[in-house]
Amino acid sequence: MAARAFAIRRGGPGFVAAALVAAVILGPVAAVLWRAGGGGWPGPADWAALRFTLTQATLSTLISVALAVPAARALARRRFVGRRLLITALGAPFILPVIVAVLGLLAVFGRAGTLNAALDAAGLPTVQIYGLHGVVLAHVFFNLPLATRIILQGWQSIPAERFRLAASLGMNAGQVMRHLEWPMLRAVVPGALMVIFAICLSSFAVALTLGGGPRATTVELAIYQAFRFDFDLGRAAVLACIQLALVTMAAIVALRVAQTGGFGAGLDRSLRRFDAETPALRLLDGTVLLLVALFLLTPMVAIVLRGGGAVLDLPGSVWRAAAVSLAVAAASTALALALALPMALAALRRPMIEAVALLGIAASPLVIGVGLFVLINPWTDPTRLALAVTALVNAVMALPFALRVMTPQLIDIRCDFGRLCDSLGMSPRDQLRLVILPRLRRQIGFAAGLAAALSIGDLGVIALFADPEIATLPLQILRLMGAYRMTDAAGAGLLLLVLSLTVFWLLDQGGRADADA
Amino acid sequence: MLTLDAIEIRQDEFHLSADFTVETGARVALIGPSGAGKSTLLNVIAGFFPPVSGRVLWDGQDITALPPAQRKCGILFQDNNLLPHFTAKRNVGLGIRPDLRLSADDHRTVARALDRVGLSGLGDRKPAQLSGGQQVRVALARVLVQRKPLVLLDEPFAALGPALKAEMLDLVHDLMDETGATLLMVSHDPTDARRIAPQTILVAEGRATRPQNTETLLATPPEALRLYLGT
Repeated sequence: MAARAFAIRRGGPGFVAAALVAAVILGPVAAVLWRAGGGGWPGPADWAALRFTLTQATLSTLISVALAVPAARALARRRFVGRRLLITALGAPFILPVIVAVLGLLAVFGRAGTLNAALDAAGLPTVQIYGLHGVVLAHVFFNLPLATRIILQGWQSIPAERFRLAASLGMNAGQVMRHLEWPMLRAVVPGALMVIFAICLSSFAVALTLGGGPRATTVELAIYQAFRFDFDLGRAAVLACIQLALVTMAAIVALRVAQTGGFGAGLDRSLRRFDAETPALRLLDGTVLLLVALFLLTPMVAIVLRGGGAVLDLPGSVWRAAAVSLAVAAASTALALALALPMALAALRRPMIEAVALLGIAASPLVIGVGLFVLINPWTDPTRLALAVTALVNAVMALPFALRVMTPQLIDIRCDFGRLCDSLGMSPRDQLRLVILPRLRRQIGFAAGLAAALSIGDLGVIALFADPEIATLPLQILRLMGAYRMTDAAGAGLLLLVLSLTVFWLLDQGGRADADA
Repeated sequence: MLTLDAIEIRQDEFHLSADFTVETGARVALIGPSGAGKSTLLNVIAGFFPPVSGRVLWDGQDITALPPAQRKCGILFQDNNLLPHFTAKRNVGLGIRPDLRLSADDHRTVARALDRVGLSGLGDRKPAQLSGGQQVRVALARVLVQRKPLVLLDEPFAALGPALKAEMLDLVHDLMDETGATLLMVSHDPTDARRIAPQTILVAEGRATRPQNTETLLATPPEALRLYLGT
């Protein structure tokens, strides 16, 4: 009925923004394809990188989802103090910088970590974190929470009435599983598998820190090495093509299979599960949740303990890098919002606009980075634009999430107030100023928080472009790790963790403050 | 004078035709079963929904193609008539200038309108701080400052209790007396029509009748209305 609401002009700012984003993504991809023509056929090392990428992604995905099913089931059928907090904490890895998580995992599972110290004291052989199992461990650390949230949503989508019916029929836990939960899992798990598989394919920072060597190099890492160590642009371009094809295929399958996003709130109805009230099942669920919480929290606690003492004596280079990171994040966030808002408005009329933003997920940051280097190189020294390129690529990466956050609320605003605005004769400008922006504040704040946290913790393009003179905080941490200055690295990691969470919290709260019902 | 000239409305399976005239200053209720198209008809007059054929005329001028704001009508919807993040004053001010750049004179007009609907001193409250009845009063104050010759009500009192609804209808009655505006209001309750609308349009079975005397219509209802009223 609100056919006229929020009139969007053809060729309006939304279309300009979408065209710009498409150019930023597709331009570099085209440049890479053009360069790849001279790169020749992939060699044995390239095929090995492809094999390793697929192996680690498959293992990481299967383990994450296999562990997520019992964890989600325990969260779905138990009520306990701190449950909400635990579910919220499961969303945290999304804004947790990869390099910080790696530092935490090293502190627990690394050569001089807590686990090895305990094994050593017990006279047992120690474990080695570097290589395939380290990469998989880090990916499970990041994706187990995501998988748990996706599958928990599936559980919460089963109407409470069904469980009530099951209880009145006297079904036991196994029968509830067969009749109610198994059909849900069959619908939800394939989507979770594909989303996580697609994420693990683009792994760069994890492979850079925990992988490496001929036996543990992902395609993304191989692009970086071809580019950074050999300066073999042709080979980097060939690898970038492999990566592009890989992620595009996975992303298409994931989009078709996946039904729900991973970070929605979901209804939290109170529900008593009579079938699960046996001591054995209580013990099982309690153990599962305890282990998951320990696995996720211990590395974070380790970072705080190890970094806490070092954070005040950090070298000046770390503080300078922190300032650089904040500036890059500020620019990137402003750009992401400036692109997302007009695109979200235009997407109300043309849903295809949102697909443009998804291109950014299909083309990985490293592919875009290599392409931008190829494009910039003939004109000027790309390292001089390292920070600008990082801010730009980070903004494009944050765009799909920002759009996902804003679009549903925009649709609601249009339904609720579109006709009122039209009957009052508000111009599109006044609608934006008086109605849309005030009512979209929460979503803008949340999207800004996500964009800023993603940018501040990003270790991708900057590693390609940076010269020794300049670094963002994640890159500086990487350099400290490379120099075996692990105490300083832990301190800088704690600083990065605090910055990332604080920036997210401030922006998110900024959107909530003084917001009206 | 509002004229619907051979209007045909279609939406999927739904169909409604209307061909009638409403005199200036008349107060007319639209009555009929739910789903018959009362609200849709109001939306066609307000310009939110295009008819497949026919014309809407105001004082002989064809307004069928005009956007909602350029028509001579103010409308109150069932809900969401106020912007929750604005005070009562600003919500009323939107009726004078939709960009809210209000002059000192405009502010005085807003204050007078709020006084008139019985909200003196409550202008700085936001909708969440007002009761349901007070929120309706704010919306009516905006209709008042809009000074439109045609007022359309799409059941804005539906969520109120019987006593409060009667109070609002009486307020509308008095406001229309003062402004001389023409009133069209959707209702599913014949007592609403009896209370303030001397004329009634029956919307049923794919057709909107011309305005008829409310008392006569309710006393001797045709088949379709009798089925709806259950008498």
